[in-house]
Amino acid sequence: MTDISQNSTSSRASRRPSARTLLTLAGVLLLVAVPLIAPTMQLLINLALAKGIAVLGVTVLLRAGQVSFGHALFFGISAYVGAFLVASMPGADMMLVLACGVLGALVAGLLVGLFVVRYRGIFFGMLNLAFSMIFWSILEKFYHITGGADGIRLTRPTVLGLEMERGGFELVIFYLSIALMVGLGWFTLRWFVSPVGQVFQTIKTNETRLEYLGLSPRRVLLSGYMLSAGLCGVGGSLMAMTQGVVTPEYVWWVRSAEMVFIAVLGGAGSVRGAFIGALVYEIVRIYASAYAGDIWQLLLGGFLLVIILFAPGGIMGIADSLIHRKGTRQ
Amino acid sequence: MTAPLMETRDLLIKFGGVTAANNVSMQIWAGQNLAIIGPNGAGKTTFLNICTGWLKPQKGKVLLEGHDITPLPPRKIVRRGVARAFQIPQLFTEHTALENLLISAAAREGLRNPLQNLHNIAQRDEMMHLLDLVHCADVADRVVVELSEGQRKLIDIAVALALKPRLLLMDEPTSGVASSQKHEVMEILVGALAEAGVTSVFVEHDMGIVARHADEVAVWNAGNVQLRGTPDEILEHPDVIRDVIGEEVA
Amino acid sequence: MNLTIFLLALFDGISYAALVFIVALGLTLIFGVMRILNIAHGSLYAIGAYATVSLTGFFLALGFAPVFAFPLMLVSAVLVGVLLGGPIEWLLLRRIYDKPEVLQLLVTFAVFMILEDVQRLVWGTQPYFQASALQALGNVTVFGVTYTVYQLILLPMVAIGLLLGLRFFLRHTVIGKLILATTEDREAAQSIGIDAERVFLFTFTVGAVLAGLGGALASPTTSILPGMGADMIVLSFAVVATAGLGQIGGAAVAALMIGLGRSFAVYVWPEVAVLVPYLIMVLVLLVRPEGLFGSPVARKI
Repeated sequence: MTDISQNSTSSRASRRPSARTLLTLAGVLLLVAVPLIAPTMQLLINLALAKGIAVLGVTVLLRAGQVSFGHALFFGISAYVGAFLVASMPGADMMLVLACGVLGALVAGLLVGLFVVRYRGIFFGMLNLAFSMIFWSILEKFYHITGGADGIRLTRPTVLGLEMERGGFELVIFYLSIALMVGLGWFTLRWFVSPVGQVFQTIKTNETRLEYLGLSPRRVLLSGYMLSAGLCGVGGSLMAMTQGVVTPEYVWWVRSAEMVFIAVLGGAGSVRGAFIGALVYEIVRIYASAYAGDIWQLLLGGFLLVIILFAPGGIMGIADSLIHRKGTRQ
Repeated sequence: MTAPLMETRDLLIKFGGVTAANNVSMQIWAGQNLAIIGPNGAGKTTFLNICTGWLKPQKGKVLLEGHDITPLPPRKIVRRGVARAFQIPQLFTEHTALENLLISAAAREGLRNPLQNLHNIAQRDEMMHLLDLVHCADVADRVVVELSEGQRKLIDIAVALALKPRLLLMDEPTSGVASSQKHEVMEILVGALAEAGVTSVFVEHDMGIVARHADEVAVWNAGNVQLRGTPDEILEHPDVIRDVIGEEVA
Repeated sequence: MNLTIFLLALFDGISYAALVFIVALGLTLIFGVMRILNIAHGSLYAIGAYATVSLTGFFLALGFAPVFAFPLMLVSAVLVGVLLGGPIEWLLLRRIYDKPEVLQLLVTFAVFMILEDVQRLVWGTQPYFQASALQALGNVTVFGVTYTVYQLILLPMVAIGLLLGLRFFLRHTVIGKLILATTEDREAAQSIGIDAERVFLFTFTVGAVLAGLGGALASPTTSILPGMGADMIVLSFAVVATAGLGQIGGAAVAALMIGLGRSFAVYVWPEVAVLVPYLIMVLVLLVRPEGLFGSPVARKI
């Protein structure tokens, strides 16, 4: 298999459930237990989950054979919408912040999407990058509104009308992140095997036939693009509420690159891979930064090359081949 | 007098210096099986491209039951009941044969429920039946890219049929199919089309197929219809023997 | 806007366009021939600039005259092409020509990430200044506006020289014709005995030299600091996309549009100046999805 965006269609995926389902369940339970067994890891893992949900957005696009180097745009827009909301409405509810942030990401996804779905491949990837750079410049230049490079604070929102202490709020956000990971991960898995998700993935192989089925390839791509923007929005909102501050760094191209990297690391096109990739990435980064802070990008780039050239299935690909040693794959 | 199912009026299209459609006026009548024959480069595929909106003519019109569909993109023409099978099969190469058909059925029925599995849609049996019809039921779960050229051609036709069109345009439906099976495949295909009440137009190079399975033949040459008539009239016409059949033999 | 400011904006725009064009030329040449968008092109630009500053500083400290900065620019550009460009094509890109476009993008993106850190490791995060070349040529006064000869005359001349030179090279030399033949139809070219691998290696190296040269020429006019490569790749992509991928002459027009648009914005509405190149690109692509000079490729069915 030379292609990174693997296409495991429903029939093939559903025929090897048990080991996978059990491992997934065990993984989720382990995460649920983190505040009890490893409270020092809670914040780190929360950030990884927020990133994982955003990476899921990039993963969706990889399924259509497209890569975006600018999806941090939606991550950042959602975060800034939340920050502005809380600034103008102190004590706003957490769910409202999340909902408005995601709505902002969806609106931006529609506007940018209407433009970029006219393109594929190189143009698609680079135009997304250009849009994120535009937004980044706006954040930096209009500092009297956006706080410039320092960003703006996102004071702690309320939870169901209750003002919460820091510790309690962090716990709520942590479990909300897990719930969203499970819910959105489940939804995305179902979406991939649904008619609309399957049609979306045909963008990768044959748009001529798609057109001759009476469907508009652009509209099909736009639907998936909106989903990916929304997922990035959820991730950005969670990240912003966890960190309590939003900065232009949320939109910076390095952040977009990181998302693409994690998606490919976890296993391009794999839903579980997005989260496993994000967790591995964050944990390694924390420990590596002490030794290799200066060459972090260098390591990422080198690792990316190794994955693409030698292990195009990423972590999930390696795990699959370990579970299925017999190699029933075509 | 009823209007033709599809009609073209004075189609003109030039690529650089080559006139691929030169004032083509043609009628396709409901219920017929029209074969298009002619030498390579005569503009047969271009004609299908114009009829389905893939190419826009520089002059002229395409009418579907009297309505002008010239400016419409292919997908809107497809939605009005015109399906197409291709010379080079246009399939979703990373999906299985059955999935290709299921996607086609889902496209026909509308893509509403994002939580339903494609494999569980109501049209699954209907699609298995279609695969069976084109002799591909045994490869239903194989990924298309692994199949033979002939199998892919047949699945390509099945994908078009899954849309339940009124008019089906096919570009060399039996090329790539083993010659021993060509007649059998066409037999089944023509039977299925008749049963479903689908009008068909097919470009064909094999005069044996044309003689047996078409009820009318249009001879294409230099970007236009040169002759039109029953298979018997056409295949014995001296010009046709000289210009078309002669080339096929050579 | 009075005449002085108008002329200043005009001159800024022209000199800026010349620099961006030189970099974009390499990018579009590589794309035109190899169908690969080299995201690491921006890093090669930055490294060209850093190398020039270091070499110039070294030799001037030894007592060489400031004019010596010019040959050092060429040396830096060639070093970038030979030491970085060549190996990137030879070791990496050669493995992925038959892979999907997304994968090729990811590979050049990975190289970009690596080179960004390499710059930081070698040159640190402190900005560098080295304006000897700029000062060596002095100033010129046009309609009362004083401007550097380096930016107003040398840069545009180099840009025009490269445009004409590359055109002549491609159309009238044997190697150029081999490159064009490979661009037209790689398989056909190979079947008549053209060594496509060598053509690609050569093209990529030339493209990398152009990126390095852009950086070398830019070095006296700006402070050299981390991140300049990221800015440049997006900017030169904007130029190349506005022109139409692979359009060499078109890139010159697009670079002028974008350069002038940006420099006038600096005087009129400075906050949005950075955005102008992208706005121009988006507007052009809205009207012409293939760029100003690109032509749509119809898929054969």
